[in-house]
Amino acid sequence: MELPIYLDNNATTPLDPRVLEAMLPYFTNKFGNAASRNHAFGWVAEEGVDYAREQVAKLIGCTEKEIIFTSGATEADNLGIKGVFEMYQEKGNHIITATTEHKAVLDTCKHLEKLGANVTYLKVKEDGLIDLQELEAAMTEKTILVTIMYGNNEIGVVQPIKEIAAIAHKFGALFMSDATQAVGKIPVNVIEDGIDLMAFSAHKMYGPKGVGVLYVRRKNPRVKVTAQMDGGGHERGMRSGTLNVPGIVGLGKACELCRLEMDEEAKRLSALRDKLENALTQLEESYVNGNTQHRLPHVANISFKYVEGEGLMMAMKDLAVSSGSACTSASLEPSYVLKSLGLSDDLAHSSIRFGLGRFTTEEEVDYAIENTKKAVNHLRDLSPLWEMFKEGVDLSKIEWAEH
Amino acid sequence: MAYSEKVIEHYTNPRNVGTLNKDSKSVGTGLVGAPECGDVMRLQIEVDDNNVITDAKFKTFGCGSAIASSSLATEWLKGKTIDEALTIDNMDIVEELALPPVKIHCSVLAEDAIKSAINDYRVKNGLEPFELAKSHH
Repeated sequence: MELPIYLDNNATTPLDPRVLEAMLPYFTNKFGNAASRNHAFGWVAEEGVDYAREQVAKLIGCTEKEIIFTSGATEADNLGIKGVFEMYQEKGNHIITATTEHKAVLDTCKHLEKLGANVTYLKVKEDGLIDLQELEAAMTEKTILVTIMYGNNEIGVVQPIKEIAAIAHKFGALFMSDATQAVGKIPVNVIEDGIDLMAFSAHKMYGPKGVGVLYVRRKNPRVKVTAQMDGGGHERGMRSGTLNVPGIVGLGKACELCRLEMDEEAKRLSALRDKLENALTQLEESYVNGNTQHRLPHVANISFKYVEGEGLMMAMKDLAVSSGSACTSASLEPSYVLKSLGLSDDLAHSSIRFGLGRFTTEEEVDYAIENTKKAVNHLRDLSPLWEMFKEGVDLSKIEWAEH
Repeated sequence: MAYSEKVIEHYTNPRNVGTLNKDSKSVGTGLVGAPECGDVMRLQIEVDDNNVITDAKFKTFGCGSAIASSSLATEWLKGKTIDEALTIDNMDIVEELALPPVKIHCSVLAEDAIKSAINDYRVKNGLEPFELAKSHH
């Protein structure tokens, strides 16, 4: 076993060697521009792209023509939301999203508010799921788009996508989903789920960085987005720019591998995740954040009360994990996602996200359990809050000198 | 963000972790910060009849830099008189631990903890608290 151990697979995943192998020829002898129509170099590149388009389409249950390649999920989110807002402005200006979305969605919505959009940010329940009745109540005849993520990047909860889509459609709005954390990890089918637009990226599913997809439905209804990048009219005019052929080929291969291996992988990862979670919640005052029924198989977000996340991560020095605490700015704001669940700031500061992946072994999980337990105990020995808790002091009654 | 070697050293082998009897007249306790901000420091000093700090202990909830800052503070306090202790400036801690700008608040908190512990001691012993004039925020 090599150290450090990578347990941050929600940030990015390592490239699968089989993906790399598929990509390599497209860096060298198959270097052509996929838009070059009049010679073999172009045709070969185009073939690679077409094949990848099929592989991607197969994974999410759509047709090849509905795949728009982008530079990643952030661009796909921007294109989907801004593109719909521009294209459908005659119908309305109301967009509904949720407070726990990724910044690529939230900041895009904020940007559109300056341009006249009216945006509703739905709160989530304690378990991280949105309230469907609240969604329905927020719908108006001006609502053009509902955009709710599939699986959350910090806590892994999976939203009731089908039900959300049905509500959006009942009111004549489009439904978009940022499915970056879900595609390739759990079955996602745009037809069954009723998704009209969907964003995701290659590097969260063992593909390369710098390539992603916006799925845009072509039938029932035919969805159009206004291009946000003007130029040569690539990708059916919706996203100009020379195609990243090696990246797209890698994305295609990554999708194929996920389609073939997802079921077994999900079983293996959820078993490892449960092992990790069960062991770590045996520590006193530790809590799993988010719904534990409806969630992705590979992520566990745990708060260890009375220790601070960043300090804790420093003690877990052989583990690459991520914390909901951001003790790096003057504001010291902890994770907005955890706060949206109603977690108090101190509990949000005490959280660690473990993201397992295809290459995570049981030996690594066992090591992570021991290392984390030790770190939590070490930090609690240093923590005045832990001492006060043990003495029965009610910390909420103390008047803290905020600085 | 990479931590400096000195921060890592103090974090890994913190000096003077522990608790003094807060009810003792010779002990001053400073509790600063807030859980919601992600930092709480408790720094305690034991003072003899000659105004010399004979012992110092801390416990800190916070990031590595906060733990290192308080550990260093206790190390510096031991053997100093109260007057000498009052001259410890947060920038001395920043320099010693090579704290980056985003972690300067950790050193500020340590300085506040020192002053707050000294004032607790003074008040317990019927003296006027020093004015904590310096406002960092």
